Amino acid sequence: MTELAIIGDFFSAFEFIFESRESRAGTVQVGGLEEFGQLTLTHLALSFVSLAVAVAIAVPIGIYLGHIGRFQFLAVSISNVGRAVPVLALIAFFIAFVGIGFANVALVLVLLAIPPILTNAYVGTSQVDPDTVDSARGMGFSERQVLTRIELPIALPTIFGGIRTSAVNVVATATIAPYANVETLGIPIINFNVYGGTGQLAAAIVVALITLACDAGLGGVQRVVTPKGLKLAANPGGAAKRRLFGLIPRRSVQPS
Amino acid sequence: MSAKIPLAQVPEGFFTERDPDDLDCVAQGGFCPSWILENFDRYVDPFFQHVYLTGVSLAIGFVIAFALGLLAHRKRWLTGPLTAVTSILFTIPSIALFLLLLPLTGRGNTTAIIALVAYTQLIIFRNVANGLRQVPSDIVDASEGMGLTPMQTLLRVEVPMALPEILAGLRIAASTTVGLATLAFFAGAGGLGAEIESQINFKSNVVVAGGLAVALAAALDLAVLGLQRALMPWRRAVAA
Amino acid sequence: MSSDAASLELRELVKRYPGTDEPAVDKLSLEVPAGEVCVLVGPSGCGKTTAMRMVNRMIEITDGDILLDGSSVTDRSPAELRREIGYVIQQIGLFPHRTIGDNIATVPRLLGWDKQRVSDRVDELLELIGLDAEMRERYPAQLSGGQRQRVGVARALAGDPPLMLMDEPFGAIDPINRERLQNEFLRLQAELRKTIVFVTHDIDEAIKMGDKIAVLRKGGKLAQFASPAELLMYPADPFVEDFVGADRALKRLALQRVRDIDLWKGVLCHKGESTAKVRARLADADLEFPLLVDDEGRPLGWLSDRGLAGERVMEDLRSRAEPTVEMDDILRDALSDLLANQTMYGPVLDDQGRVQGILSLRAIAGALNIRPEDVPDSAELAAEASSSP
Repeated sequence: MTELAIIGDFFSAFEFIFESRESRAGTVQVGGLEEFGQLTLTHLALSFVSLAVAVAIAVPIGIYLGHIGRFQFLAVSISNVGRAVPVLALIAFFIAFVGIGFANVALVLVLLAIPPILTNAYVGTSQVDPDTVDSARGMGFSERQVLTRIELPIALPTIFGGIRTSAVNVVATATIAPYANVETLGIPIINFNVYGGTGQLAAAIVVALITLACDAGLGGVQRVVTPKGLKLAANPGGAAKRRLFGLIPRRSVQPS
Repeated sequence: MSAKIPLAQVPEGFFTERDPDDLDCVAQGGFCPSWILENFDRYVDPFFQHVYLTGVSLAIGFVIAFALGLLAHRKRWLTGPLTAVTSILFTIPSIALFLLLLPLTGRGNTTAIIALVAYTQLIIFRNVANGLRQVPSDIVDASEGMGLTPMQTLLRVEVPMALPEILAGLRIAASTTVGLATLAFFAGAGGLGAEIESQINFKSNVVVAGGLAVALAAALDLAVLGLQRALMPWRRAVAA
Repeated sequence: MSSDAASLELRELVKRYPGTDEPAVDKLSLEVPAGEVCVLVGPSGCGKTTAMRMVNRMIEITDGDILLDGSSVTDRSPAELRREIGYVIQQIGLFPHRTIGDNIATVPRLLGWDKQRVSDRVDELLELIGLDAEMRERYPAQLSGGQRQRVGVARALAGDPPLMLMDEPFGAIDPINRERLQNEFLRLQAELRKTIVFVTHDIDEAIKMGDKIAVLRKGGKLAQFASPAELLMYPADPFVEDFVGADRALKRLALQRVRDIDLWKGVLCHKGESTAKVRARLADADLEFPLLVDDEGRPLGWLSDRGLAGERVMEDLRSRAEPTVEMDDILRDALSDLLANQTMYGPVLDDQGRVQGILSLRAIAGALNIRPEDVPDSAELAAEASSSP
């Protein structure tokens, strides 16, 4: 394969995104901005719904557990368990045992998204220096005030780190949603016979770009919500987080 | 029994007692224990292909990431750029990366392994670099003060002391790689993922192939844990 | 087991960090004879640790030179040099992943000793620092702070280095254990006679540990280099005077032992002795009441007037003979005993418990008066003292 041919492959893939062409069998028109737009929209809708539900469930639980400082083992090992179950197996399991369609796929993605968010919310809240909390109580803060004024602001960057990880995972995993009849960007990838290698490559490019954009965007949010004092103090990098088995890196614990 | 039928023409399974429910079960794509027992053979090769992809990727990935970690330890300014590059690799969805590599390296193990190696980099690199950075400076000071050369200090003091962190990285990388290798069929590299995908509606198939992947991840996790215990007797001593 | 100690000389030693105007160490010159303890002391930021770390080239020398037994440390490779210089730091820096035995064996192994010799050396050192042989297989985390510090010293001694560098070695230990470790260290040093550079910020520790003390001021300048007694008696300038503290007279007591001062002659008497003779002796004595002793010469108590009233001495005591002090007691401790017992006098006993003389508050006060003959060592100090009125 010459270099030119490689460049040609990618060039033709970009073209595929913007202009429709005949399918491999020559029976239908495939690709083009309209189809990719539709697929992207479904892809994003599925991802957003799943992530929103996961956040709504995992953040309160994680913060609560972190605040009371119990069930550390559970909160931390849930991400380890989550990582050990391959997403393809999870989706296949749902398809085989639960059913197909938007709601079922969304449910899988919620399950996938919960562990990193829950763990980070737990770690973020419980990592707050006990002396800080103690002095806050000593000055007369109520439990609620301790949580909302001390623990939450300090935990926020870590929580958003978890959301960022899960967002990337969800967007990536939504690619295999077509196995359960949800028409995401995985359509051109899975239906090789219709879309061909060029269609696969085109979809791969779009998925990769969306994921990177999503990561960068939430990374920006993460920086914005980090209190300035923490930015200044944190330069050696996440020292407090390492207390928990040293297993929780600063961001994404799961590629997808 | 008048007519003699040559054995070779007898359909397979003719002489074995078949539970009618069982046939039904397979036809409906259900969870059928007897089918699993009979067909377990077909998962052996994909399983070992999966082990191969995971093992080779982890080995290569560990060597590269470990070297990068040492490099970043020596040249601190490299830490930022190396983290940035490995983070981007890490963020690209594996399906996309498998497909993006196809025009460059073609279908097969090579493409799958390149992608899987890429995913191990951030995890192991960051844990190696963090682990080395966490070694207390007074211990390094004492080591150099006693006349260990910088290389001796690295190999005899810093790396052993960073082992918990390094092996924690390896553990995460191992289970992650098992999971990602289920998608390696997109690169034409087979593995358990190909089995899952081939009959994604058949419960028996999904349970066996998926279960094997989970079991492999768990086994690798335990193996690294065992390695951790074997390599770090001082940790147990502290706990005792 | 002690190898020869090395002499150490710092010659116009300078350390200047890039981007700073003031040097961290400024033309520091010191000579430490073989087998002596030289303490570098001063407030934080005075460059004492920097100066020490230049000796084993943990910090590179900017200017000047350091001579170890007459040859420059810059002629050696740093790693090789360091293997011949013991090194103890405040945080100890034991390797947590190695057993105590392996920690101690670090330098001997680097030096390529054979297995048996290394093993023997480890046993020898464990005994020397008073740790059980079974500690050998333990890990640092299983030891107490004091034990870890002892292992740190043993590890530094393992290669039998002619020179030891110790940077606040007892700084992180609680006061009670620190005192114990200091005493142990002095006992070891009396036996081993290493050349030692000892860094501390604690003037009391400096006075206790040092044969010579170098007081440094900010900017790494040498303020005074003298023996402890000299430093306390003749601080070179207001900075040193301030640094050694207002209680330097009391500190000097810590440097002297009971045998070093002029004891009073007491009057000893036995039960049944003629009181006339005792009275006659009292007329000549420093003290107006006699001490009743038994046949072995051990003190029974101070005799009352009634005990002397008759023909013969009667056992009628005004008070027990407490406290008693020994010839080798530190003067400061002896004084403390007297004060604690609210008495002016204490019998001084020899090894057998026999009275050798009387320690009195006035004798101690006399010892604190600066007299040239009291100055333990240097001749030039005597000259200096006689030139001033």
